[in-house]
Amino acid sequence: MQPLLDVSSLTVKFALRDTALTAVNDVSFTLSKGERLGLVGESGAGKSVTGFSILNLVSKPGFIAGGSVLFEGRDLTRADAETLRDIRGNRISMIFQDPMMTLNPVLTVGTQMIETIRAHKKVTRKEAEAIALDKLRKVYIPSPERRLTQYPHEFSGGMRQRIVIAIALLTSPSLIIADEPTTALDVTIQAEIMDLLLELCQSEDMGLILITHDLGVVSQVTQKIAVMYAMGDTASVVGAPLHPYTRGLLGALPQCADKADCGLETVAAPRARRRLNQIPGSMPSLSDVPRGCPFNNRCELCETVCTTTRPLLEKKSDGRLAACHMVA
Amino acid sequence: MFAFIVRRVAQALLVMFIITREMVGVSVSVKEREALREKLGLNDPYLVQWARFTKNALQGDLGTSYFYRKPALDVILSKAPATLELVFVAQCIIVLISVPVGVYSACRPRSVLSRLFMGISIVGVSVPVFLTAIFMIYIFSVHLGWLPSFGRGNPVEIFPGWTSVLTTWSNFKHIILPSIALSSIMLPLFIRLIRAEMKEALETEYVKFARAKGLPEWRVVMVHAFKNTLLPVITVGGVQLGIMIAFTILTETVFQWQGMGFMFVEAVERADTALLVAYLIFVGAIFVAVNTVVDLIYGFVNPMVRIAGRK
Repeated sequence: MQPLLDVSSLTVKFALRDTALTAVNDVSFTLSKGERLGLVGESGAGKSVTGFSILNLVSKPGFIAGGSVLFEGRDLTRADAETLRDIRGNRISMIFQDPMMTLNPVLTVGTQMIETIRAHKKVTRKEAEAIALDKLRKVYIPSPERRLTQYPHEFSGGMRQRIVIAIALLTSPSLIIADEPTTALDVTIQAEIMDLLLELCQSEDMGLILITHDLGVVSQVTQKIAVMYAMGDTASVVGAPLHPYTRGLLGALPQCADKADCGLETVAAPRARRRLNQIPGSMPSLSDVPRGCPFNNRCELCETVCTTTRPLLEKKSDGRLAACHMVA
Repeated sequence: MFAFIVRRVAQALLVMFIITREMVGVSVSVKEREALREKLGLNDPYLVQWARFTKNALQGDLGTSYFYRKPALDVILSKAPATLELVFVAQCIIVLISVPVGVYSACRPRSVLSRLFMGISIVGVSVPVFLTAIFMIYIFSVHLGWLPSFGRGNPVEIFPGWTSVLTTWSNFKHIILPSIALSSIMLPLFIRLIRAEMKEALETEYVKFARAKGLPEWRVVMVHAFKNTLLPVITVGGVQLGIMIAFTILTETVFQWQGMGFMFVEAVERADTALLVAYLIFVGAIFVAVNTVVDLIYGFVNPMVRIAGRK
């Protein structure tokens, strides 16, 4: 069966005065209908840029330098403006990181919802309003009729993110890209929003790409996970990480600190005081990525081959994908 | 909303109070000082003077012009239509040109046209009004002979006390050069302001989100970005409109435009203190009125201002 979304060898660059920095290098993954994928990595790893480039929405001076994004059989990297507009917010919706910044402060919530529906469907204002009310109820906004006439500043952060989610649902898309949807929110609200997102994806059979740096969240919500260097399904990555970088990420979680291969069932229970494992160093600057494997200067397993040849994303022994010379 | 309006108007009245206070007791000519001081009541205690002036002012009496031997307010009101028409036409030019040019050059900052606009606007903002005016007179009146170089032609009384040059083409020709000259400073300023604010708005997350929602590009630009651009533009615009009414002094002098600014210069030359005081109060009142209206408009555009007023 043809996958819903097939990203292959996607490369995004940022044009500078006389050079171009590569922010996303050769990223590939697929997503079937109704499947949920976690996109994980450190800050600056290119997660958000990957998310935006699916919708061909990379802000300047960024541009898609290569690869393809096949959505329902169409290559979005080569689609014209009208096709893209028809897919954005209609077939693929996005949820942004900070709900305080996402909604336009001078337009009512109702306006911002209705304009989305009417950009994609030929309906009257009344019908559009009915759809908006229905979606607001789905995200548990109390007294939605009154709320439609209010402005974003009259809502709390959690409420605003619910409204953003409601906007994402308006046209019943087949894929939602959520770019760190809970990072800007209170810890108590975070779980609420995640549960809501999961519930909606399941009930509406929507695909989800969840961009986050929180492996705990990913393990609860998604079925597959793509780490910026390695790839596999969620359970097996968290249970037995393959790529040294993923092991490092998991090892840095407080609850996993004592053994890198722990699953997440052992959550909570503060352990005796000991240092967390950490990945030495920090992400290389985009203008200074090492030759060979980009992770080689921070990797415990680094060998000569890693400094000369860039590893390709390939199937390892148990069928998962990883780009590393040192794991089998 | 009502409470908000009342509060703004109350603040406006307070400002007017301070303006009138400042305007009492400006010096008169040296020679007749003592006699005149007594006659005009300038030797009275300060507060008594102020009370008398305010009482008269509230009844519409801002004193009597020494030169015209007529109530100063009447003199001003007979000159006001000319100035207000000039400012109105200049403002129209500014709005009609600055919005499209500003928005365009924000959307396409690298295009040749945008760079050209920015270059011209730097020149426009740097050249003083009287120089622009004289150049235009030289080119369009003296050299090409297309447009009259001074005066208002034969203004038609459109209703009692208001003579207009806007009704016939031969009269309208008189206002073209002065209004362009008057707008020449503000127009580049507005283009640059709109461009800067618009560029900032286009970078925001909500504009990106609007694109991600699949809205048509015109709606993203003109509704999502431009409506947010309006807030600072209205604020600055209000102040600038007031300044422009004051700026007419230069323009009106160059073009011999029979408005308030021209009258003001004449009054200075004739040491017509009463008229000057009345003029400054009148302009102060316009300033306050414009700013109050701007605040009210701002309240309609920015939902957060309304909330603050409601509390």
